Amino acid sequence: MSKVKVAKKSTRIDMTAMSDVTVLLLTFFMLTSTFVQKEPVQVATPASVSEIKIPDTNILQILIDPKGKVFMSLDKQDDMVNVLEAVGEEYGLEFTAKEVAKFKLLPTFGVPVADMKTFLAYPVEKQDQLLPELGIPTDSTDNQFKIWVKNARKANPDLRIAIKADRQTPYKVIKNVMSSLQDLRENRYNLITALKENSN
Amino acid sequence: MAEIQSNEGGGGKKKKGSKQKKFDVHVDFTPMVDMNMLLITFFMLCTSLSKPQTMELSMPSNDKNVDKEQQAEVKASKALTVLLDADNKLYYFAGQPDYKNYNSLKQLSYDAKNQNSIRSLLITRNQDAYSQIQLLKKQKLDLQISQDTFTARASRIKNGKNTPVVIIKATDGATYENLVDVLDEMQICNIGKYVIDTISKGDKFLIKNMETKGAFAQGQAN
Repeated sequence: MSKVKVAKKSTRIDMTAMSDVTVLLLTFFMLTSTFVQKEPVQVATPASVSEIKIPDTNILQILIDPKGKVFMSLDKQDDMVNVLEAVGEEYGLEFTAKEVAKFKLLPTFGVPVADMKTFLAYPVEKQDQLLPELGIPTDSTDNQFKIWVKNARKANPDLRIAIKADRQTPYKVIKNVMSSLQDLRENRYNLITALKENSN
Repeated sequence: MAEIQSNEGGGGKKKKGSKQKKFDVHVDFTPMVDMNMLLITFFMLCTSLSKPQTMELSMPSNDKNVDKEQQAEVKASKALTVLLDADNKLYYFAGQPDYKNYNSLKQLSYDAKNQNSIRSLLITRNQDAYSQIQLLKKQKLDLQISQDTFTARASRIKNGKNTPVVIIKATDGATYENLVDVLDEMQICNIGKYVIDTISKGDKFLIKNMETKGAFAQGQAN
């Protein structure tokens, strides 16, 4: 019996090239992408042909969900602290250092001022769960939204206002927000939209 | 690739009889690739590549103390009022509203492919400015004019004397998407002067009257 000799070949694959490719991809993703902000509600923005990009800093984003709940977010933590203190002062509330520290880490806020203290006392998971149900009151009798915007403008005069609303949001809510802004003489603002694919 | 072969003491100073040692340094990159793949997956899932677009909007001041002189009067012949209603309905009337005739209000469509679309209406109304801007765009594409001259000239054309003024009014039933769609059409059709206004009772009456083909006005009169 003769044995057929099979030549032993090394099964080792050189991974260097693969590693090169992955590092390249990784660099690309790190440089081009921005982190997704945590938002209490999912919002599908309407499409437009506008090609102006939103600036990175000094943005006061007003988030409006289909049910008409209003949330806000600021990109600078210093502004967050100033705004909270100014609003608290207006409503006669004093926030402790711990509460302020918790507030400035919130990605989006939108709680009636009266509930702010209890809200800040909750752990983060509970906050995330509660936030979509709350929202800043915008009715004409108790327009806390106006007070937040007014104080945000005071805290940072370079602020740009951007409205991000869902497609299905009724115009009634938008009208309310816009007229509140008009009352504060905030006549220029941006509407956040998605890019329309076919711009013919 | 990842191996380093080195002959130690390749020169002439080696001792006689000593064996040359061959180093074969082979680095295994598999764990490195694993880690990179993990990081890529993380970045792909947790970040977004596209930055959102924005639409800039200037609203008129709400101030009641503005003098009559400062308020811009719109010539009736140039005014075009667009009414946005629930269920993606869109109407328009030109100039002054005619409350007696229910046919003064015309229905429009958001769909640009439709013959009766808002786009075709605005382009015919704004024919001069639209064709001039198209020409400018072509010149810019051919690199005959710079971006700056383009924006300066385009805004001059857009705000020219004979361009229409569009007044956008939405009922409470309209959605945000409707509003953005209409604002978008302003940009596409190069309308320089447009304004968002609150809807009045008269406008609501017009819509109702048009839907009922005049029966609503009859009922009101009786």
